[in-house]
Amino acid sequence: MRDVAVIGVGMNRWGELWEKSHRTIWTEAALEAIDDSGVDHVDAMYVGCMSGGLFMGQEHLGPLLAEQLGMGPIPATRVESACASGGLAFRQAYLAVASGAHDIVLATGLEKMTDVDGGAATYALSTAADQEYECYHGITFPGLYAMMATAHMHRYGTTREELAEVAAKNHAHGSLNPLAQFPMKVTAKQVMESVKVADPLRILDCSPITDGAAAVVVVPLDMAKKMGGPLVRVAASATATDTIALHDREDLCWIGSTARAAEEAYRQAGCGPDGLSFCEVHDCFTIAEVMVIEALGLFDRGQGGKGAASGATALGGRIPINPSGGLKSKGHPVGATGIAQIRETVMQLRGDCGDRQVKNAHRGLTQNMGGTGASSVVHILERA
Amino acid sequence: MIGSARYWREIPQRYRYEASKCTSCGKVFFPPRLVCSKCQGREFAQTVLAKTGTVETFTVIRVAPSGFGDEAPYAVGIVKLDDGVKITAQIVDCEPEELEVGTPVRLEFRRVQQDGESGVLCYGYKFVPRV
Repeated sequence: MRDVAVIGVGMNRWGELWEKSHRTIWTEAALEAIDDSGVDHVDAMYVGCMSGGLFMGQEHLGPLLAEQLGMGPIPATRVESACASGGLAFRQAYLAVASGAHDIVLATGLEKMTDVDGGAATYALSTAADQEYECYHGITFPGLYAMMATAHMHRYGTTREELAEVAAKNHAHGSLNPLAQFPMKVTAKQVMESVKVADPLRILDCSPITDGAAAVVVVPLDMAKKMGGPLVRVAASATATDTIALHDREDLCWIGSTARAAEEAYRQAGCGPDGLSFCEVHDCFTIAEVMVIEALGLFDRGQGGKGAASGATALGGRIPINPSGGLKSKGHPVGATGIAQIRETVMQLRGDCGDRQVKNAHRGLTQNMGGTGASSVVHILERA
Repeated sequence: MIGSARYWREIPQRYRYEASKCTSCGKVFFPPRLVCSKCQGREFAQTVLAKTGTVETFTVIRVAPSGFGDEAPYAVGIVKLDDGVKITAQIVDCEPEELEVGTPVRLEFRRVQQDGESGVLCYGYKFVPRV
């Protein structure tokens, strides 16, 4: 296997982009990544997209988007793993380069979620869960994470305030990100007084519905060295799965797929959690970030709630989590999220993040997950 | 969204709680499947779920999906049945605010969704607190 580097990144402002089609949104991000990398062509591309069909009635995105980019005949593959589609698309691009199958590969993610109304978007997202044995009974995605929150609060004493502090922290980070969908700061009190969605979660515990795309270019590390410029190496790529239905998990308070993927990633990178400068994690709901930082080994089991509440996970803290603002503030166009995490990590390692720059950032981890954690993708990137 | 064939083939589980038990290791699966996730066994005996259990976790749905809009707020929980199987369903005939982790419940046959978009009336199990 060859060493792999990320040499270009692209992303547009995320939000309710009613004036732009998915073709435009995606192509803008792809062109920015290609221009940033300095390559004049790509050999293959991957598109992470959860549900082109349900969100916009459009499948077959590989050829459609390759054509938009003017790269028509190249191999183009759509990758789907619910909200982890982007992370898995990046992993496929990494494997294609590492294996020697291709040299210059474009890894992208896309979701156009606001062409349908809120009910249809909620339904599309719910298809990441078990339709016959979860959704049939009236559970929603916020409801599934709410049940994880109830279990975590009951067993470990995690508090409503601790969850709210995750949202406040990520909005504070997002206020420093010019591409974030919701860059306003919120207080823990505002989170706890916002509209109830599924007890104990409220609307400000939830990531938003977003249109957006992101793209990165990956090449062999040796090629990147010859091209010059800042070197960011992919030190680890790992993925794992768990039961699709939350109720089939042995432990409702533990995201096993993330723990397993992280264990493999740490092995590949030759480091542990204490070797990381920062992480970009999948905070689709506040409780998700609490449970993910435990699964990554950054906090002991049951202690994730202390992360944001103690300041440890804020910029300047022991281990900054989601310097980009996370899904919560930056937005969550589901298929694009995993690629945007890679983009943020590359920019942090290059030292290009301005006011939200993590000091002395030398190694970052990304964690992207689908459903309630039925799939997780973990990458570790480092300055080469 | 629920067509008649898709609804009909789940009736043994939703109406009669039919499950399968791995003949090698004894693990119970609901719904039945072809391979045991614990021992990779492929032979199963038919069994039926236990009708009582306790609430492992729950939520109160305030923003409901289509088919449930008129019912919100309503409680949904994961219940560990007395045979060790965990399943998800609504918890009814109680005030959602009074529910707790550990509340004892029993399975009852009820109408689950008001009306599928194709006109199918959707029945199945819900939990009711045992007093």
